Amino acid sequence: MIAFLIKRLMHAVLVMFVISVLAFAIQDNLGDPIQQMVGQSVPESERDALRERLGLNDPFIVQYVRFAKNAVQGDFGYSYFYREPALGVIARHLPATLELVFAATLIIVLLSVPIGVYSAIKPRSIISRFFMGASIIGISIPVFLTAIVLIQIFSIGITVSIFPESTSWGAWLNGFFSTQGSMPSFGRGYDLVHVIGHWDTNLASWNGLKHLVLPAISLASIMLPLFIRLIRAEMMEVLQSEYVKYARAKGISMRRVYFVHALKNTMLPVITVGGVQIGTMVAYTILTETVFQWPGMGLMFLDAINRADIPLIVAYLMIVGVIFVVTNTIVDLIYGFVNPTVKLTGKPA
Amino acid sequence: MTLKKTLLASIIGATVAGGAMLPLTASAETLRIGYSADPETLDIHEQLSGGMLRFSHLAFDPLVRWTKDFDFEPRLATEWEQTDDTHMRMTLREGVTFHSGNEFTAKDVVWTIERLKESPDYKAIFEPIASAEAIDDYTVEITTTEPYPLMLNLATYIFPMDSQFYTGETDNGNDKAEIVKAGNSFASRNISGTGPFRLTDRRQGVRVDFERFEDYWDTETEGNVSSIVLTPISENASRVAALLSGGVDFIDAVPPNDLERIRESGDVKLVEVPGTRIIGFQLNQEKVEAFQDVRVRQAVDLAINQEGIADRLMRGFATPAGQFSPEGYSGHNPDLVPRYNLERAQELMAEAGYEDGFTVDMIAPNNRYVNDAQIAQAVANMLSRINIKVNLRTMPLAQYWPEYDTRQSDIAMIGWHADTEDSANFFQYLSFCIDDETGAGQYNYGNYCNEEIDALVTEADSVTNLDRRNEMLREAEAMLYEDVGFVMLHWQNLAYAAANGVEIEPVVNALDFPYLGDLVISR
Repeated sequence: MIAFLIKRLMHAVLVMFVISVLAFAIQDNLGDPIQQMVGQSVPESERDALRERLGLNDPFIVQYVRFAKNAVQGDFGYSYFYREPALGVIARHLPATLELVFAATLIIVLLSVPIGVYSAIKPRSIISRFFMGASIIGISIPVFLTAIVLIQIFSIGITVSIFPESTSWGAWLNGFFSTQGSMPSFGRGYDLVHVIGHWDTNLASWNGLKHLVLPAISLASIMLPLFIRLIRAEMMEVLQSEYVKYARAKGISMRRVYFVHALKNTMLPVITVGGVQIGTMVAYTILTETVFQWPGMGLMFLDAINRADIPLIVAYLMIVGVIFVVTNTIVDLIYGFVNPTVKLTGKPA
Repeated sequence: MTLKKTLLASIIGATVAGGAMLPLTASAETLRIGYSADPETLDIHEQLSGGMLRFSHLAFDPLVRWTKDFDFEPRLATEWEQTDDTHMRMTLREGVTFHSGNEFTAKDVVWTIERLKESPDYKAIFEPIASAEAIDDYTVEITTTEPYPLMLNLATYIFPMDSQFYTGETDNGNDKAEIVKAGNSFASRNISGTGPFRLTDRRQGVRVDFERFEDYWDTETEGNVSSIVLTPISENASRVAALLSGGVDFIDAVPPNDLERIRESGDVKLVEVPGTRIIGFQLNQEKVEAFQDVRVRQAVDLAINQEGIADRLMRGFATPAGQFSPEGYSGHNPDLVPRYNLERAQELMAEAGYEDGFTVDMIAPNNRYVNDAQIAQAVANMLSRINIKVNLRTMPLAQYWPEYDTRQSDIAMIGWHADTEDSANFFQYLSFCIDDETGAGQYNYGNYCNEEIDALVTEADSVTNLDRRNEMLREAEAMLYEDVGFVMLHWQNLAYAAANGVEIEPVVNALDFPYLGDLVISR
């Protein structure tokens, strides 16, 4: 176990090193940060002076070594836009993103497991077919569109008038399909509850939860269909296996067979995929957060790219790299607990 | 399937909406703003940008400010007098206090002007001012190096800062007055102005909170906004959605695609203002020999249908231009209008010996001006009709300016707003012969050079008789029009939208600085 963790720590360091080199290498293509920092009519001499002060005139190697020297001491540079240490900026934006990912994960888990299991047990029922069809649509709609549609329906509201308003059933149907729209369409709201440090939470107030609903649904919409299908496929396979048949033959109640014997084995691959996907979800927050103006890391990163805020971009990429390594490590640990035959260090059992 | 989905959606919607939503209750005087960006810093001299000037008008007051018709309105300066060619005496308002409680006097104005002259962004604009001197507590005398006709234009940029508040040393031993770009200076974190609103909280990129300053000097204003919550919403669609859903009361920069939607909505209203930012193209004479021929330049100008672009592509969200100066500017010449004439353009190409045309590169940004990439595409198509084949490259802002600075392409798009709100500024930056010493022609991509025009504009800038000066600038516009030193397209309009009852119409202007201190909300 210890050896495993040490090995992973080395991985993390290696990942951060590679990412930092890559991020540094592309910075010339990101554009000129100076351009964003000065007015249009500022003369070239002033721009050069600023470039010199920020050390942008130095050769690549010099810049990188300077960065690396500071980075090993925990100083990832100063964000040009926020005018404070990049790591601090990220720390401030991290809780919002983590809460969003957490809420989306919760939605995915709560919906995908029952739906996946149900449609594996009763593959021919109408409800199963509906969910399978819907998941195809869900998987192919880009998150940006999902978000805009959600905002239109639940925040702005839609008025339907395709049915004849003069008839009572038409009026009723029109009213039924029209939505009022009162969900907040942007931001985290103003009723955040302070927890600790940079962490203000949306989860502790009604207004905060309301703000969280639409972004979490649209973020979940990317992964949810995938997990429903994955769980269904795995479950169907497990239900065909010998030990399930044996358990049935023994006369164990079907409920116990499904949820204790079969589901446990279904979850193994799901956990693996899930772990990787949570990392990916952090990346997807860029889109969701942009549409909903959710003040998390994703929005911050997109703004940083637009502003060519290089120190912040580099720090963000490195932090995300670490998040990937950490989630994978946790997944492997959980995997070990769920399936004791797996040896973490990779030695033969 | 779709129907089922909608049905499901409606059911969820109905339960969520009907079940527990409390209506958003905003007190009558809280203004929730959704701007495309929030102020970059609290130090108003750190960066010269539209966003910072907007912020300056909230937390500070200028000496004078522009009215909707480009007149000057007294603010902290109540009277001014040009005592001779190089001196202006300004009388200041009495009984004004800063947010810190300090009293506003002439020494604050002098201090502010001196700081402006140190600011990298403002230094060039304040070059003409030699010095400022406090005659008594409420009189300031400003001396210019040479006769300078635009002293009042500059005064709109002088937002007196609290000199006492910004003087001294911080705990780390830094000077409180220092201007540090993209750094952590005292002034970028702390603020004391005289403005209608006092900053109470700021989380950069998330929200900025203001409260009305209880001791604000302007007690005659009808403005009744008691607090402001400013949320930056950079995504166009999200900003519009935030307004339509009632999440904010006031947004700026309504995208052209949503204009119709907002006009038709009963709950919000749209206010369009003709802007002052000229959008156009520069033809690089260094790279393309043909552009040195005035007939080819004219042909390019004649081949572009400015009206069509403003009408169809911009959906009426632009005013077609034939000159730099928009209406209201001193040098605006009403005779100079777009002159689209394809036949004549083809003739001119033939006369110049370029009947078969040639191929050029064009660069344009794709996230800087309204519909910039589409405009460039349309212009490229129009030029193909006079056999100029255009290879267009568009790129995001952060990459565009470095590319622009290399001057390697044949045609480049640019938008320009005159910092001084004066016609001469356009010429000095966009069409003056390039001179690295003086910085003239800093954005003259095409290397266009017409010394006659330059001489005329330079002379105009030392004429303090404004009628005479305007005459000269109009003449300069006419010469540039004939010589096609810049291919004009249009002035981009400004569009704001607000919830019903938020009376933004009287407080917005072509300068894009809404005077929110005077905003009336009646619900």
